[in-house]
Amino acid sequence: MAALPNARLLVAAGLVGLFAASLCIGVDELPMGSVFTDAGALQLLLVSRLPRTVAVVLTGAGLAIAGLVLQILVRNRFVEPITTGTGQSAALGVLAVTLLFPTASIAMKTLGASVTALAGTSIFLGIAHRLPPTQPFLIPLFGLVYGGVIGAAVTFIAWQTDLLQYVDVWTNGEFSGVLRGRYELLWITAAMVALAWWVADRLTIASMGREVSLGLGLNYQRIVQLGLVMVAVISSLAVVVVGMIPFVGLVVPNLVSRLMGDNLKSVLPWVAVTGAVLLLACDIIGRLIRYPYEIPVGTVLGVVGSGLFLWILFGRTQRA
Amino acid sequence: MPDKRLLILAALAVVVAVAFMTVGLRGNIGFALELRAVRLVTLIQVGVAIAISTVVFQTVTANRVLTPQIMGLDALYMFGQMALVLALGSVGYVALDPRLKFVGEAGLMMAMALVLFLPMLRRRFDIGLLLLTGVVLGVLFRSLASLIARLIDPNEFAVVQGSSFADFNTVRPDLVIVGLMVTTIAAIIIWRLRHLLDIVALGADSATGLGVSWTKALAGLLLLVAALVAVSTALVGPVTFFGLLVVALAERIVDSRRHRLLLPAAMLTAVIVLLGGQIVLQHLLGGAATLGVVIEFVGGLVFLAMLITTSKR
Repeated sequence: MAALPNARLLVAAGLVGLFAASLCIGVDELPMGSVFTDAGALQLLLVSRLPRTVAVVLTGAGLAIAGLVLQILVRNRFVEPITTGTGQSAALGVLAVTLLFPTASIAMKTLGASVTALAGTSIFLGIAHRLPPTQPFLIPLFGLVYGGVIGAAVTFIAWQTDLLQYVDVWTNGEFSGVLRGRYELLWITAAMVALAWWVADRLTIASMGREVSLGLGLNYQRIVQLGLVMVAVISSLAVVVVGMIPFVGLVVPNLVSRLMGDNLKSVLPWVAVTGAVLLLACDIIGRLIRYPYEIPVGTVLGVVGSGLFLWILFGRTQRA
Repeated sequence: MPDKRLLILAALAVVVAVAFMTVGLRGNIGFALELRAVRLVTLIQVGVAIAISTVVFQTVTANRVLTPQIMGLDALYMFGQMALVLALGSVGYVALDPRLKFVGEAGLMMAMALVLFLPMLRRRFDIGLLLLTGVVLGVLFRSLASLIARLIDPNEFAVVQGSSFADFNTVRPDLVIVGLMVTTIAAIIIWRLRHLLDIVALGADSATGLGVSWTKALAGLLLLVAALVAVSTALVGPVTFFGLLVVALAERIVDSRRHRLLLPAAMLTAVIVLLGGQIVLQHLLGGAATLGVVIEFVGGLVFLAMLITTSKR
């Protein structure tokens, strides 16, 4: 139990340190001391470095919370929105909006993506609740293939309409294109995270299932709908603005629950912070490993995240 | 006495093959026929390789919703490809004969498959955990491959660039012959082992009781599967659900899990579906390039349906 404050301290320090590091790392030299004397340095900081870093923090926190909420709704610890159909449904939505209204703004695309993401996630949730609870690994497996099938549909449509390169932008998450004026929609993610914290206690009750929730006087249907909207909106924002980033929503809630327990109301902010730390770390790795070129953060997370996930899976079974 | 249903399937396969060679033929007939013949051989051997590797893999893992590709074996091959370029790119590896490279890649992949999957299969995990592990391993190796691809020079990257879905139109004349050799040898070995496979299907305890050296049989079969997956991945790229689709179909057609019937039925079904699908997409819908995507879509739906129905039982 003595380890608990340490874990929190470590994560908080990680956030501060990585945030500062992310501001300093880039192709152009940016000594922190020169910001106040050199107008060009200040501009670089405000137009490129700061927006990028803020976007990473918002996306990381949002995806971690989206994963947490989805895990509560599905009642399974091994799911997350980006790999289980929500992300692919969102891509389908962006594709549809792009085809139907080629001049649509980013906000319109996000709206379209949110609608399809909501539908796709609802279908997944409906089927997941019908799968037998005795086989916990069936649900994530179902989700992965479900996401793959929707992804194949997206590829097929994109191929027929010559939009494959656009789809690549949405499916491969990276932050190199983030500048001031092109990421601000992501602040809606912050609102969603705050909303999740506000309803955390109700989510805890909902995680005990429909019967218990109704017995405790909770409007189960309403809270599930709210949760679905949060998951869909956060995922769609991520897909539209930066592209799909896998595994954050999966590994972060599991890691945090190991280190800090399961009291949702007190743990939820730390899930958000840890998500931001993980994504910042991976983004920085992606920027440094082939300097001055960049590796997309989605690729880095594919390696780091699946490795962490396997560790979570097998660490768990050995103890059980 | 061959089974009647097998004879019908074989006749159908011949019809489809003839149609594939002749439908819509125009222009320089000699040139077109030669091109189509190479593609026909490619598609047939890919179909055969995928079908029998899936049957064997399903028998070894005692699970009907599995394909080697779901467990990430094709990703393992692509990772091996990338790793070899990264490790040996500077000593002229890229300029080597593609056949030599293929042998090296296939060998590396078979070794990695043995190291990774044999312990997993021997310990007999809960099948859900096994599947999930395989899928995640697949993601891991795919991401590693694309990470390495971005680490090496862009011009070396172009040499091995793999797509995220199968492309049945790329014809690799340089690899057809070596692939044909591997496929034929593996198919003959597996056909001779058909009775052993029937015993392996009974499970570890019964098979050991009947005098089968379980670990040895498992290792040998796994190596054969890995070689066949290497062939199909090298020739057309990753096809995750195609094997599942054709084996499920073949099982319905011959109504048996006996390998004497299932192996040829699965092979023939695979050839019919591949060639037939190619003809339909190419001449009726005008989009032959997308056969891989269509197969993934339909196969994925079949997989989901099978997952739900088998879990209900």
